[in-house]
Amino acid sequence: MQALYAQLLVGLINGSFYALLSLGLAVIFGMLNIINFAHGALYMMGAFCAYFLLSLTGLGYWPALIVAPIVVGIFGMILERTMLQWLAGLDHLYGLLLTFGIALIVQGVFQNYFGSSGLPYAIPDELKGGMNLGFMFLPIYRGWVVIFSLVVCIATWYLIERTRLGAYLRAATENPTLVRAFGVNVPRMITLTYGLGVGLAALAGVLSAPINQVRPLMGADLIIVVFAVVVIGGMGSIMGSIITGFALGVIEGLTKYFYPEASNTVVFVLMVLVLLVKPTGLTGRAA
Amino acid sequence: MKHRISALFLGTALALAAGGDAFAQDKTIKIGVLTDNSGLYSDLGGAGSTLAAQMAIEDSGMQAKGWKIDLISADHQNKPDIATTIARQWIDVEKVDVLMDVLNSGVALAVNNVVKEKNSIMINTGAATSDLTNAQCSPNTIHWVYDTYMLANSTGQALVKAGGDTWYFLTADYAFGAALERDTTAVILKSGGKVLGTVKHPLNSSDFSSFLLQAQASKAKIVGMANAGGDTTNTIKQASEFGIVAGGQKLAGLLLFITDVHSLGLKVAQGLSFTETFYWDLNDGTRAFSKRFSDRMKNKAQPSMVQAGVYSGLIHYFKTLDAMSGNPHDGAKVVAKMKELPTDDPLFGKGSIRVDGRKIHPAYLFEVKKPEESKAPWDYYKLIGTTPGDQAFRPLSESTCALVKK
Repeated sequence: MQALYAQLLVGLINGSFYALLSLGLAVIFGMLNIINFAHGALYMMGAFCAYFLLSLTGLGYWPALIVAPIVVGIFGMILERTMLQWLAGLDHLYGLLLTFGIALIVQGVFQNYFGSSGLPYAIPDELKGGMNLGFMFLPIYRGWVVIFSLVVCIATWYLIERTRLGAYLRAATENPTLVRAFGVNVPRMITLTYGLGVGLAALAGVLSAPINQVRPLMGADLIIVVFAVVVIGGMGSIMGSIITGFALGVIEGLTKYFYPEASNTVVFVLMVLVLLVKPTGLTGRAA
Repeated sequence: MKHRISALFLGTALALAAGGDAFAQDKTIKIGVLTDNSGLYSDLGGAGSTLAAQMAIEDSGMQAKGWKIDLISADHQNKPDIATTIARQWIDVEKVDVLMDVLNSGVALAVNNVVKEKNSIMINTGAATSDLTNAQCSPNTIHWVYDTYMLANSTGQALVKAGGDTWYFLTADYAFGAALERDTTAVILKSGGKVLGTVKHPLNSSDFSSFLLQAQASKAKIVGMANAGGDTTNTIKQASEFGIVAGGQKLAGLLLFITDVHSLGLKVAQGLSFTETFYWDLNDGTRAFSKRFSDRMKNKAQPSMVQAGVYSGLIHYFKTLDAMSGNPHDGAKVVAKMKELPTDDPLFGKGSIRVDGRKIHPAYLFEVKKPEESKAPWDYYKLIGTTPGDQAFRPLSESTCALVKK
């Protein structure tokens, strides 16, 4: 029984990465209608950015939490300005193919220079060590990851669903022409939104750098699962993707305990089941 | 019509005669390096294996003796179906004579069958499974660098002797992990130890915390990692996070490469002990080769034992063909001759190839240095034990290989 609690908690930790990543994807899909396959590569860039900040400029983990998402976010905005914006209004497939191509190029470039085994990144001193919870040994860093991502997820949800800026954004998605008529600079808002989604991916990258090796393929391994999370939660639904992210982390954790061999397929089995029963995802609205 | 047919026959006969003539002095060789160029094992094989093959060609002096040598390489993406397709195409269309590296046990076992069926040659330097020279041995395959039996025998035995008599396995869920776990379990049981449990994880996992918790709960003294590459480095990194070592359990890396240690950094990797058959800083010969190698590598990496094996295997292959004074393009025949000749090169020293295809050389038990003990970049290992070649690998008396006469 104790082991079960431990697995639940570990699942929650993984779930926070799923939640952060799928949240960024949901924001981008919901506001820009782009299926952002470059998300995994941008997540990887976040981790690499943290590594470079440390090794080249000596900036540690805490500044990296802010600097890396901004740097990678700017990279994302450049992508949006120079390439993605031309795909507005076209079929989803074009955006998917373009971002997938970008992901392959970015990963290829990083792999060419840094190999596949990855680079070390240590846990910050303040978050080293762990607590004995009775049923498990919880590394403090993992606890921090859960709490921090929950806060970020809720803040993002609040920003989009509860503020005036978020209302503009949602309105611009519904009817860009009308919103523009009110004097809102819609293209700039869309660029910033893409930057925000990308920044969330980079933030997840920084969070995961001390846990996983900083590897060029770290995002490629994760992105497919995250897409499944988004599909299950309902494409474009902010709260849906947050809740599904955490929930699937827990379900995956339980699978790792009861039948570990299936742990990398269970998410997809669930995706198939959900799509069969409710094609718009658990919280999605019919288009 | 009749004329045309007879002309055709005449032409064929002439061509055959010319071909037969060419055969006697055929001095062409085509080498194919089949490896993981883009995935989790690409640092320990990959482009470095191709470079090692290139260096073997240059150092062999074969071209000065009139040999024409071609080198090609391809990415098998760790997928047996892709690997066998490439192997078939290479052998049938490209006329490749010898396949090098072929890391990943699942891939190697699949390619092993193709190579045997087509009477080609595989000098395997990357895969771990000891089945390549045991149940699935082939007259066309030589297993050069290491295997699961040897790893289990060296690392496993040393750890049990040092008091680590209860084990829990974290096993990569494919041919390699299964073979490594099986061979290590045999050694543990033989040395009086016990295996308390095992958990199989999918290849290329990024999160090991669930598996580590299960290992922690088992209270086994040794957590044996029957995995490799990125899976192992992530396991080690996360094990230190979950306080596995601090809690009194010991991690056993059954298969670690120098590229893994480099990627982990000494702070995390220090104190790990494991077995390799090559290290760049072993002697003058290995140092000289490794210096030239790392100068030509993009990231200045030292060679892994897999890459060193590609060089060593090809040097012996060239020596054999030179002794045969021509390439018969007959895999089994060349391999048989390779087994007759003793091996000798600066990287693995003097050795031999057994009848089952097993290359014999010493195995070294290393311990990773503490950060303060390391004097230069890539100065990572301390040698703590050597198993002589004749004791390092599975004895022929235990072999189930059909080539071994009993």
